[in-house]
Amino acid sequence: MATVQNRWNAGVLPYAEMGYYDADYVPKDTDILAAFRITPQPGVPPEEAGAAVAGESSTATWTVVWTDRLTAHEHYQAKCYRVDPVPGRDGEYIAYIAYDIDLFEEGSIPNLTSSIIGNVFGFKALRALRLEDMRIPLHYVKTFRGPPHGIVMEREYLNKYGRPLLGATTKPKLGLSARNYGRVVYEALRGGLDFTKDDENINSQPFMRWRDRYLYAMEGVNRAAQRTGEIKGHYLNVTAASMEDMYERAEFARDLGSIVVMVDLTVGYTALHSMSNWARANGVLLHLHRAGHGTYTRQKSHGVSFRVIAKWCRLIGVDHIHAGTVVGKLEGDPAMVRGYYDTLREPLTPRDLSHGMYFEQDWGSMPGTMPVASGGIHAGQMPQLLDYLGEDVILQFGGGTIGHPMGIAAGATANRVAVEAMIKARNEGRDFVREGQDILVSAAKRCAELQAALDTWGDISFNYESTDTPDVLSTPTA
Amino acid sequence: MRITQGTFSYLPDLTDDEIRAQIQYAIDQDWAVAVEYTDDPHPRNVLWEMWGLPMFEISDASAGLHEVAACRAANPDHYIKVSAYDPTLGRQTTALSFLVGRPAAEPGFRLDRQEMSDRRISYSLRPYATQQPRDLRSTANGHRGS
Repeated sequence: MATVQNRWNAGVLPYAEMGYYDADYVPKDTDILAAFRITPQPGVPPEEAGAAVAGESSTATWTVVWTDRLTAHEHYQAKCYRVDPVPGRDGEYIAYIAYDIDLFEEGSIPNLTSSIIGNVFGFKALRALRLEDMRIPLHYVKTFRGPPHGIVMEREYLNKYGRPLLGATTKPKLGLSARNYGRVVYEALRGGLDFTKDDENINSQPFMRWRDRYLYAMEGVNRAAQRTGEIKGHYLNVTAASMEDMYERAEFARDLGSIVVMVDLTVGYTALHSMSNWARANGVLLHLHRAGHGTYTRQKSHGVSFRVIAKWCRLIGVDHIHAGTVVGKLEGDPAMVRGYYDTLREPLTPRDLSHGMYFEQDWGSMPGTMPVASGGIHAGQMPQLLDYLGEDVILQFGGGTIGHPMGIAAGATANRVAVEAMIKARNEGRDFVREGQDILVSAAKRCAELQAALDTWGDISFNYESTDTPDVLSTPTA
Repeated sequence: MRITQGTFSYLPDLTDDEIRAQIQYAIDQDWAVAVEYTDDPHPRNVLWEMWGLPMFEISDASAGLHEVAACRAANPDHYIKVSAYDPTLGRQTTALSFLVGRPAAEPGFRLDRQEMSDRRISYSLRPYATQQPRDLRSTANGHRGS
């Protein structure tokens, strides 16, 4: 630490000497904590790189400024309090940084993110930077309202318990007319799915305007309810170029009796906050498609981990969010996906580096967000899906419903029979993972639709190595 | 038609042994087991009649199965379900709910459409089973102990 005189001389000081690194700092219970994976430029000591991240994501600029002395600057300075080398990955370190709660506006993810992932990600002294995890103290959690309904309320409203919910995304994603679109919705729902879904890039294009789609989709939803005696829903995507457009679409969906609307992550955090408020005020479930997240969540050394995005989205308040399948066509290491699901559903998650969880996180009694598994999954994977993802999840079989050789309703029935057979067997005490294929095969003897699904897709799997994995060795705990 | 509410409606109707196994699973999770019945299968009818209180302290699934049999005998031609309730903090909701009885004939639902302005339609579902006033609908609106 520099002496007081040196500290305030005009010119450039290392960040560590300006107070942004303090190995003796003990984080307060009210501090927001962040774990960054840093890759310093050659020659930059890791502690200085950690201090630079702390500085640039809180009060610092590149040079000493006397106006700091007009503030209780030590209070507002973020402090890097620990730097650990990452085992097996040369040049990478995990820097732990503490931020005083006063640095952030209550209940605002845009404000939080403008600090934590603002300027700092372009900082030249670092070759790469990744936000791995955050500890949001309960004091700050309580300034957010969380999911408008949450898992418990959603199930009570749908009157569906004890099994994963089932959905499908309408395919082809683009090009269907509204009338044909409504047909797909109806067939999938009457066949046994609970939800159908607009895809992320279905908004209001020339081949199908949003208003027409909503009208035909709701005809399908209501006809399917009449055929089954069940509550059904279609996620009507309200994503649009402005909040005014989104409100107009959401209100129309509500007036037609839709129980759920959908929005894409591309709308931004402010718009998500607004749609969450709208969904709460109007009693409509809010589904979030994480469109675009792969641009910053996938690479291990740079970006933002999806577990942080999941944390922010639960705070903002969405009822559903896509969170990975493990077995499908999209990126997702099993241990990492487990961490995302726990982050969305559990009241408290412990520090567990094997799941990529760097901090204990206490949610208080904030309701859970229902994770959605979507992308390249089919009925034959039901044992693994139930094993990896558990019961409070929506399994979305798009191609795995609509591509069924006997038709869309048959595809839906195959998925529903598979999930019910698996839950029944699990509850009867059977080892549903080891005996999974036997359970499916014997259920298929009484269900031609499931048999056809197994014949068509039984062998399909997507075995590629994940890029975003936990570090093989745990970093030592304090 | 066959209404498909409940966790296992796409499987063949559960046998008594299969029902016993599900009740035992619920007991093993410390969930309270309840039997409920109705003649109104509207999907938004969440207040089915309670066949007594939830069973918080049974250890043997046979006791639950006994109540299922008694409810069936007193309420023929009704929908009957077994549900299991998880009182754990953070959940405090139904954890499992499946049909164990349904009428021999299920008349299903009428879908009413009310045409409104701008091509909008207001939908409503009406169970055919509830067209008559309640007292005329069934000779067996039995309640346990009443």
